[in-house]
Amino acid sequence: MSFYNRKRNLYEQQVHNKRMTMLVMAGFILFLGLLGFGFDIIMLEFFPLGTLFALALGAGTALWSYNSGAASVIRSTNAYPADPNNPAHRQLINIVDEMTIASGIPRPKIFIVPDKAPNAFATGKNPEDGYVAVTEGLLQILNREELQAVIAHEIAHIRNYDIRLMTIVAALVGAILLLAMMARRAMWFGGGRRSGRGSQGGGGGPVMIIVLVVWIIGIILAPIIANMMAMMVSRKREYLADATATELTRNPNGLISALHKISGSFIKPTAIHRDTAHLCISDPFHLKREQSTGFFSDLFSTHPPVKKRVEALRNMSYQ
Amino acid sequence: MGTIIAIAVAVLVVLWVVTRYNKLIQLRNQTTNGWKQIDVQLKRRHDLIPNLVNTVKGQMEFERETLESVVKARNSALNPTGVADAAMKENMLTGALSKLFALVENYPQLRSNENVKQLQEELTSTENKIGFARQFYNDIATKYNIATQVFPGNIIANMFGFKGAELFEITVQSEREVPKVDLSFKKQ
Repeated sequence: MSFYNRKRNLYEQQVHNKRMTMLVMAGFILFLGLLGFGFDIIMLEFFPLGTLFALALGAGTALWSYNSGAASVIRSTNAYPADPNNPAHRQLINIVDEMTIASGIPRPKIFIVPDKAPNAFATGKNPEDGYVAVTEGLLQILNREELQAVIAHEIAHIRNYDIRLMTIVAALVGAILLLAMMARRAMWFGGGRRSGRGSQGGGGGPVMIIVLVVWIIGIILAPIIANMMAMMVSRKREYLADATATELTRNPNGLISALHKISGSFIKPTAIHRDTAHLCISDPFHLKREQSTGFFSDLFSTHPPVKKRVEALRNMSYQ
Repeated sequence: MGTIIAIAVAVLVVLWVVTRYNKLIQLRNQTTNGWKQIDVQLKRRHDLIPNLVNTVKGQMEFERETLESVVKARNSALNPTGVADAAMKENMLTGALSKLFALVENYPQLRSNENVKQLQEELTSTENKIGFARQFYNDIATKYNIATQVFPGNIIANMFGFKGAELFEITVQSEREVPKVDLSFKKQ
């Protein structure tokens, strides 16, 4: 997105990102409501059952993953807790402590993911219940300064409540996908019934046809649109976390060189799965795409291209 | 009618005073807490230094002067007289320590010693924690100071004796000292 190339100081960027996130969240809720509403108009015509069902489904999945999402993410990567007697882990624990002091949040639980691909992610529902996980590969290739920058980025995700937002967004995407699938099923069965009734009542006129067309297109495109919105939220949060990380360490260079090292590694992740990718500091599955900066690659990435993140970091001159 | 307006104004003023007062109390406590965080880390550093000196002493017979200056700086840092004094003494200790670490690089046996490595990591981390705790303290103390100084909050601050906090600054004197150490070392 080109407006990120403009020079924006840290605080302006935080405000801007938060506003954008609210907008996208509103978009999600509207989208869920529309999918249900269209169903009401076309299929049922009398009671907002579809709208209510859609919103309830969204709220239900969001609530469920809010309560048990973090633990299941950690479990899915086979992560184990950091061991204070292991020198490398000890350093990691020290660095996490440093960053919790700088940010003023409680110390998150620290996990190591048995994966040679360098990456890190944070999850949890709030700063009091935060998790930071790094891969074994990350501990191997980064020096202390770079590791500190990566941890600062993850702590930033926790402090900015990104962990909660991303968990809920992921759940909403799931709800939209489920709803779209159910709507397609309903068209199979309900469609036939409706055509029979239509011949009796004479149909709903041109407005109904437009609504119907929009709704069908909506259902077909729902998975793509939902994913695009999720990726958009995710990308905003990455810029914001980079900015906050720099606020914590007052050292953009550490993060710049860490991002270069992580995105420069082409080791395929083994323990981190696709549904965890949006939480990671650098998208583990789209390494090539992250190097490019085209508009299309932007739309379908969970993370902004490394080049743009580095550019934004360079613009954050301190003092 | 007049009395009603007067009462309403009085209630508003009292409400405002109460909120300002509570805000100041909150900021003052946060500032004190921030200072304690620095204290915790400083104490940890003071505790680690004797360990380090004892571990490297045997190998570094020739650097007696450096070792002594570290111990001396550490002992004087144990009893600061105030925020500014503590900042100055801690900075001297930081200077002495960084010289010691630079010298350790000259001793391959020490450099590869697991104990020394671990102590070095602990001290590096403690230094960082002191730095970040200081950063956090300065940010919150600045907020507190601004709250006691801006009008009309300063009236409340003066009335109840909120004095503002001293910032943990790097004094000019010790700022000069550190580069001098580095330069003299590079010449060797």
